Amino acid sequence: MNLGSIIESGFKEIWAHWFRSLLTMFGIILGVASLVTMSAFVKGKENLLRDSLAESGGLERIIVDDNDDLPDYQKHLEDEANGMTLKDVYALQKNAPLVYSVTPVIEKRGYRGSLRISRKGKRVRYFTSVKGTWPSLMEIEEHELEHGRVFSDMDDLLANTVCVIGTQIRNELFGEYDNQGNEIIPIGEKIMINYIPFTIIGMFKEYMSEEDRKKKEESNAAGGTSEKRDFRAAFMSGDRQSGKAMIVYLAKNSTIMVPLNTFVSKIDSSYDRGSNLDRSLSKVAMKIYDVSTLEKSLQQVRNVLMQTHRGLEDFEFETQEGYAGDIALSITNERISGMFIAGICLLVGGIGIINIMLSSISERVREIGIRKSIGATNTDVFLQILIESIVIAMAGGIAGLIVSPILVNTLANFADGTTPPVMTTFAMTTAFSFSVIIGSLAGLFPAIKAAKLDPIQALRYD
Amino acid sequence: MPLLELRDIHKTYHLGGETIRALDGVSIDIDSGEFISIIGPSGSGKSTLMHILGCLDTPTSGTINLDGMMIHDASPRQLAAIRNKKIGFVFQFFNLLPKLTVRQNVELPMIYSGLTSRERRERAMNALESVNMEDRSKHRPSQLSGGQQQRAAIARALVNDPRIIFADEPTGNLDSNTGELILGMFDKLHKEGRTVMLVTHDPEIAAVTPRRIEIRDGNIANQIDPKLAGEKPKFSDIKESQAE
Repeated sequence: MNLGSIIESGFKEIWAHWFRSLLTMFGIILGVASLVTMSAFVKGKENLLRDSLAESGGLERIIVDDNDDLPDYQKHLEDEANGMTLKDVYALQKNAPLVYSVTPVIEKRGYRGSLRISRKGKRVRYFTSVKGTWPSLMEIEEHELEHGRVFSDMDDLLANTVCVIGTQIRNELFGEYDNQGNEIIPIGEKIMINYIPFTIIGMFKEYMSEEDRKKKEESNAAGGTSEKRDFRAAFMSGDRQSGKAMIVYLAKNSTIMVPLNTFVSKIDSSYDRGSNLDRSLSKVAMKIYDVSTLEKSLQQVRNVLMQTHRGLEDFEFETQEGYAGDIALSITNERISGMFIAGICLLVGGIGIINIMLSSISERVREIGIRKSIGATNTDVFLQILIESIVIAMAGGIAGLIVSPILVNTLANFADGTTPPVMTTFAMTTAFSFSVIIGSLAGLFPAIKAAKLDPIQALRYD
Repeated sequence: MPLLELRDIHKTYHLGGETIRALDGVSIDIDSGEFISIIGPSGSGKSTLMHILGCLDTPTSGTINLDGMMIHDASPRQLAAIRNKKIGFVFQFFNLLPKLTVRQNVELPMIYSGLTSRERRERAMNALESVNMEDRSKHRPSQLSGGQQQRAAIARALVNDPRIIFADEPTGNLDSNTGELILGMFDKLHKEGRTVMLVTHDPEIAAVTPRRIEIRDGNIANQIDPKLAGEKPKFSDIKESQAE
């Protein structure tokens, strides 16, 4: 008996009991749909987390921070510690070839009282950070300028009161769109940083996750204003990782960059130590050429800094490896728990198939007897039952794949504030192959039972 | 050389410690083109004999030679192939598959012998024509009368051109008129040169065949064979014993 006619008769048998077959398929449909849905949500979250990691400079970014807490054996030298200075920047530029774009940063982070960004009575309500730095910080922090220009060396030298802002600052002080619905570009306007007027000479592009960008484009095309996903909603729904990732975007959009000298002379003179080289810094940022040389690069930077700091270990490294590890761990955990649930669904579906195939063959004992009496071999009967069960499982799998986008969209609409799901073909093929495997395993036992039937007994059976 | 040659066939069953001798040393020769009936009361072993002859069962001991093949120790796969190609079955309860149409039922043996669908269709229609059922080919068995169902079953038995046809109480479920019609059909098959074996408990039905074998308690009790010269028909004896 050839395979084509076995499959054909399998379909006929399923069609003859279409309602029963449909009910049987439900287990598989649910299993496949839940597997695809689960992996879509996990994938969506993973994408957001990985994007946010890249947005904050990726794994290549190294930051050297002050560390007031000296090792125990150096405690008595605490007063000698100078922290990071501009001298370190020049020393690293010359002596640490494994890193590039070594950039000094003086940063003032603040909220309402300590850092007041305002314009005509409007204030930025959120947490903001003003960075006095060199233009090379743009590359390190993956900033992209969309309008205007970056400050030049001349601006730095003359300590001009110019600044480059993120879109969130614009949104707070100017609004995002004017009456005609055009985007407001506030180049040339003045804002007040701690009551000192600064001219806006440039604005970064708006940073957001891919999904948000798509959403925004859609709603702009529709003419409405988009409702923004909020990191607080994510925290409230218990999704700390996603909330953290979303804060990365918000913080990046709330940046203000001013020239280093401007910062020291106009905003905070406490960093001034008289000589230019001794100028104190919040931190020094840099990039490495290749992630694989991270350990070596850190060692090189450390060696240089030990020289300039006269052996005092008053600095510490901040890399993104820990964050990357957290991401990987949380994704793995969610994937495992999701797989577990979907696996149980598929298992239950498989048991449903076993059950229905067993009852189906006990209904068809006589048919099997007739088939054997006219020349069906045990293998023919075995294959017939097995293929029926595989066909049920495959049909269930296909139906599950059809249902899953609907399920994903419905869930995404209900769970507002979580990361948008991303369906992958890998998840879909995996789910489908699992359904086929479950179908063949489930068909195995009933098929063996049917093949073993004695034709004489089967023909007498009523 | 006979078509079917049985030598000293024994079949014993073990039921709860008790040994039942269903067949106890049966030996029969059947030539090609014979029309035979096996007759005996229920429990005589005639069904067991037919199952063994029809390759549905294997004997406990003894040898069977069907058309030059020793089938008493064949594997289940070989037996299936023999049932498919060399044997046609007609049952008391017709045993058509209710979900399939008449033509699909007739095509069933050819599916297992691996013919293409075009060949299957052609041969199924030919077989249905030979039993005057070609106009019912698209009906389901449940839409047919008992006689029509049995004719479809005969068409199914014929479709692979078997060497021998076994009919197990083929008229048992039919009224006498239809039964006669069916018996006439077997007679016609015999006249066309086919080997046909009827299994029945009814001496009147057995009377249509030239050769009759009576089975009783697992062995041949009586045999009427027109080939054996000098021996007079003893069919009346069988009738008498039935009457008892």
